[in-house]
Amino acid sequence: MTENFEDIRSSVRALCAEFPGEYWRKLDAEKAYPTEFVKTMTEGGFLGVLIPEEYDGSGLGLSAATAILEEIHQSGCNAAACHAQMYTMGTVLRHGSDAQKTEYLPKIASGELRLQAFGVTEPTSGTDATRIKTTALKDGDEYVVNGQKVWTSRVEHSDLMLLLARTSPREDNKKRHEGMSVFLIDIREAVDNGLTIRPIPTMINHATTEVFFDDLRIPASSLIGEEGKGFKYILDGMNAERILIASECIGDARWFIEKASNYARDRNVFGRAIGENQGVQFPIAKAYAAMAAADLMVKKAAQMFDAGEPCGAEANMAKMLAADASWQAADMCLQTHGGFGFAEEYDVERKFRETRLYQIAPISTNLILSYLAEHVLDLPRSY
Amino acid sequence: MKVLVAIKRVIDYNVKIRVKSDETGVETTNVKMSMNPFDEIAVEEGVRLRENGSAEELIAVSIGPKQAQETIRTALAMGADRGIHVETDDEVEPLAVAKLLKALIEKENPDLVVLGKQAIDDDSNQTGQMLAALVGWSQGTFASELEVADGKAKVTREIDGGLETIQINMPAVVTTDLRLNTPRYASLPNIMKAKKKPIDESSPADLGVDISARLATLKVTEPSSREAGVIVEDVAELVDKLKNEAKVI
Repeated sequence: MTENFEDIRSSVRALCAEFPGEYWRKLDAEKAYPTEFVKTMTEGGFLGVLIPEEYDGSGLGLSAATAILEEIHQSGCNAAACHAQMYTMGTVLRHGSDAQKTEYLPKIASGELRLQAFGVTEPTSGTDATRIKTTALKDGDEYVVNGQKVWTSRVEHSDLMLLLARTSPREDNKKRHEGMSVFLIDIREAVDNGLTIRPIPTMINHATTEVFFDDLRIPASSLIGEEGKGFKYILDGMNAERILIASECIGDARWFIEKASNYARDRNVFGRAIGENQGVQFPIAKAYAAMAAADLMVKKAAQMFDAGEPCGAEANMAKMLAADASWQAADMCLQTHGGFGFAEEYDVERKFRETRLYQIAPISTNLILSYLAEHVLDLPRSY
Repeated sequence: MKVLVAIKRVIDYNVKIRVKSDETGVETTNVKMSMNPFDEIAVEEGVRLRENGSAEELIAVSIGPKQAQETIRTALAMGADRGIHVETDDEVEPLAVAKLLKALIEKENPDLVVLGKQAIDDDSNQTGQMLAALVGWSQGTFASELEVADGKAKVTREIDGGLETIQINMPAVVTTDLRLNTPRYASLPNIMKAKKKPIDESSPADLGVDISARLATLKVTEPSSREAGVIVEDVAELVDKLKNEAKVI
């Protein structure tokens, strides 16, 4: 049997109990950032789970990180405001210089520095990331950045951001994914010096923005790894992200299933609990089975990742199956609650909106299916 | 000063207890277990004494099955220095626990033993008092405040109708009440550190203590379910019912 991290889970559960539905409802109404919650998780050291011990983190693998995120979501909380602090640093860890690692990682582990923003997507290039237009051109010992990013989340609550930009035109490179580079930008210095942040109000309380670069000058030392290899660098962080997001979906699904089961047991109509009806029971049981199956794939993907095995297919399948399971559970939970599911005080409608995101972000289900068709089943590339 | 805290692994306080169908006890298979909440308070108090420099060492002891080591790890993650696990799968009654703790006191020579006033599974509220009697130490039970200085402990006790503050000589046994402190949650770095802290393993036989049961459980049953109330028309009817039906006035 694999480790379940019960010690870590119970501590996370206890911390999350301090942030009940009421806390999240209020934030949702105000579209406010969960500062207190993030502070608590940071102080508990949970966001430094993946940072090696030599840089003052806990040096655990992805399996432990998935336990933390799953537990946060199962408790009815939402980790989206801080999960990126866990994994964005992965690019710096794997490809940064020793000087960059020593300077940034211990401060990211302690929470003194927040690195939880990553600028990749642009208005004219979504999943087709090789077509990005933002440029970073070398000028002496600086790079000059121009362009625009969209859906860059948590920029307003981050000190540093990773940026993917073209350092040489697409046409000049033999392969379409060459010529892009990754930079670590100090947001605190960049704002009003060429960086403009504009929040995007959305269906859920998710601190996302669009950012504009207008002759932003950054030191040449901001470059991570080698110039031109940035796209490869960000690809290997994506499997981790997908597995982690999948664990949040599992947590959501568990929350919906428990919420629905409790309601079905307690809600009396026509003199009996609605849960006595198979028409109510079966969708709950089905959602449970779907969640349990997806959970196995998430665990498998995390174990493969931790063992250093290629896990592109498993990470993608975990994300898709878990997102489908959480959405199935969300729909079932709303249906079980009937009209009360629409009342904000039950938290179901909010979680329903929140978990819908995972059909789309960080990768849409269609792209996962395309990946499986092309890379696993050897069918022609369809896009 | 050396402090010893005793902790018990019990059914988690959030779990809805189910009685076994054969009425021999409550269902514990596949039930979430955790540290007795009163014992968490004891550990927290020990950690605070450790942090403010009053104590040099904090030892967490648990008596129970193999899995009790998980409970000890929790105490180590909160800040205890090392653990002692006395392994047994048998049910251990308060007197046997007190005898085992006495044997450990003789080995470890602590100056202070802190334990929960009772465990939430059997609610015995006996172990601390029995232990103090067996070792001939002072006792401060139901503590809501504890100050240790100059070989004495000032204990504020929660008693019927108020608080009582007593001063007792050390070494002493103190049992915790709910308001003594709010236990901390273990941080991830401390959970990791706890994995490397030592846990000594022993058994009742090693400590030369006979733990055989002195009590026999005849049966365990669910509390009878509460019946629906009635709404009375007026005060006169209420008084009549209290007098003649309930016979309480």
